[in-house]
Amino acid sequence: MNAALDVQGLTTRFDTRAGTVTAVNDVSFSVEPGRIMGLVGESGSGKSVTGFSILGLIEEPGRITDGRVLVEGTDLRAMPPGQLRSMRGRKVSMVFQDPMMTLNPVLRIGDQMSMAVRVHERMNKRQALARSRDALAKVGIPSPEERLSAYPHQLSGGMRQRVAIAIALLHRPAVIIADEPTTALDVSIQGQILAEVRRLADETRTAIVWVTHDLAVVSSLADDICVMYAGRIVERGTAEDVIARPRHPYTRGLLDSVPGQHAPGTHLPQIPGSTPQLSRLPSGCPFRNRCPRATEVCTTEPPVARFGGHTALCHHPLEAA
Amino acid sequence: MLGFIVSRLIQAIVVVFVMSVVVFVGVYAIGNPIDVMIDPGATAEIRENLIRQYGLDQPLWRQYLSFLGNVAEGDLGRSMVYNTSVVGLVFSRLPATLELVLVAVAIATVIGIPAGIYAGYKPDSAGAKAIMALSVLGFSVPTFWIGMLLIMAFAVELGWLPSGGRGEVGTILGIPTSLATANGWSHVILPAINLSLFKMGLLIRLTRAGMVEAMQTDYVKFARAQGLTDRQIVFSHILRNISIPIVTVFGLELGSTLAFAVVTETVFTWPGVGKLIIDSILQLDRPVMVTYLILVVILFVLINFTVDVVYARLDPRVRLGGSR
Repeated sequence: MNAALDVQGLTTRFDTRAGTVTAVNDVSFSVEPGRIMGLVGESGSGKSVTGFSILGLIEEPGRITDGRVLVEGTDLRAMPPGQLRSMRGRKVSMVFQDPMMTLNPVLRIGDQMSMAVRVHERMNKRQALARSRDALAKVGIPSPEERLSAYPHQLSGGMRQRVAIAIALLHRPAVIIADEPTTALDVSIQGQILAEVRRLADETRTAIVWVTHDLAVVSSLADDICVMYAGRIVERGTAEDVIARPRHPYTRGLLDSVPGQHAPGTHLPQIPGSTPQLSRLPSGCPFRNRCPRATEVCTTEPPVARFGGHTALCHHPLEAA
Repeated sequence: MLGFIVSRLIQAIVVVFVMSVVVFVGVYAIGNPIDVMIDPGATAEIRENLIRQYGLDQPLWRQYLSFLGNVAEGDLGRSMVYNTSVVGLVFSRLPATLELVLVAVAIATVIGIPAGIYAGYKPDSAGAKAIMALSVLGFSVPTFWIGMLLIMAFAVELGWLPSGGRGEVGTILGIPTSLATANGWSHVILPAINLSLFKMGLLIRLTRAGMVEAMQTDYVKFARAQGLTDRQIVFSHILRNISIPIVTVFGLELGSTLAFAVVTETVFTWPGVGKLIIDSILQLDRPVMVTYLILVVILFVLINFTVDVVYARLDPRVRLGGSR
């Protein structure tokens, strides 16, 4: 059986004044239908660029230089632009971070949705609106009929994000890339949306790539987790393995930085230093300057350490606790 | 909506009233029209008589009040130079300016907005750079100079079009206009192009700036992620958003062009209101000046009102309300 999404060796570079930087460096992962993969990393780790690269939506001065993006077995990268466009929204769709900005402020919800329906399927406006209404109902929007004639500013942030998710689901795509879709929302709304997404993934068998910086969110939502650092995936495994038995020192650091698991009043552990600039990465392991376990050997390219299906890109992976 | 119209109407009346005071005082301060009108050799007695005849011996406030009284009766006075009713005089000239401005604004819009869209859509292309360079010329080279060049090229050298004046006049909907005849069009086209260049440059730059900005927004990226075509993204998503600033500038430009097309009218000896007002200022023809300026105020109020209504149609976040 084909994976819903299979990314192989994806590499995206940006030409900047400081030279060419590799924002996505040889990234590979795959997601089975109905599963949610958390793509975790700090700002600048390349996680969002990975999302956009999958849809082929990288703009100048960026370019995808290598790799394959297989959706249900067909390579998006090998397609001419027109065909790639017809895959977007139909086979792969995307939900963005800020629901206040993703909907067009001057168009009615129904108009925006029916446009998205009709670009991929021949049908009249009435049918398209009916389809849109059903999609709104599916993501838990009350009185969807009325919402169709509303403008975005008449809806709350949580409602708008549900609309965006409904749009992403219109054509029952194989894959949805969700780029931090709950970051801008209140915690209670965030919880509702996460539960909704989990339910939708199970029902529609859509594979979801959940891009986030928030380990707490993915630990409850995702089936699998990839941790990105400086454009590379440094650790990959099932959510349980990665959260309970992290192998990469960076993942360990991230987990330790999550507040809530420590006694009140104690100092929160931090990862020393800050994310490196992509144009000035150290040789070998990009994390070595901040790593408590770094040694001489870390100036060379780190190998893949395997623990069953759980891998870490590290010379000195952590032992299982 | 009704509340909005009523409050705007009241606003307009106040603006027109204030404007009439300013104009009246300003015109009074410029000088005595009698000095211009009469033969310098005339006796002091004739002079005194004329001044009394026009009511210029009265204090300013009394002159203003009698002016208001006449306006209330629909009489804005008689031109001191042409000795005809100023309302008739201004309205006999207005269609000429109106047709010139309408053609100019149409040219500017039909060329400027698509050119701006293209330049914003492919900002790095050679075509976009050429458009932007031309737009700079459009609003930096003086109008009168381009006008003279156009006359040189198309009237003198090529002999395709007449060099000035208004052509044959037909009537459309009872309004005498040269747009009803082919000869009229041949006269209107050069001055209209001349008048449109500045506006075209402005519209190109405005549209382009809006396009470039809109292309970076999340809603456009989201539309792309939905698989919409570029055509749909530009025409259904972006155009509606960027038309809001365009409509504003369009309205202001329309108003100022109607009121002050005088440079082009002078170069092309176009018998419009622009020439009339300059002549009346030179001759201190007070009633014409006052009437014309009040007409301009009313035009601006009307245009701004229309712009506000269009605004509310374009942007659902704008609420029209007289009372808050």
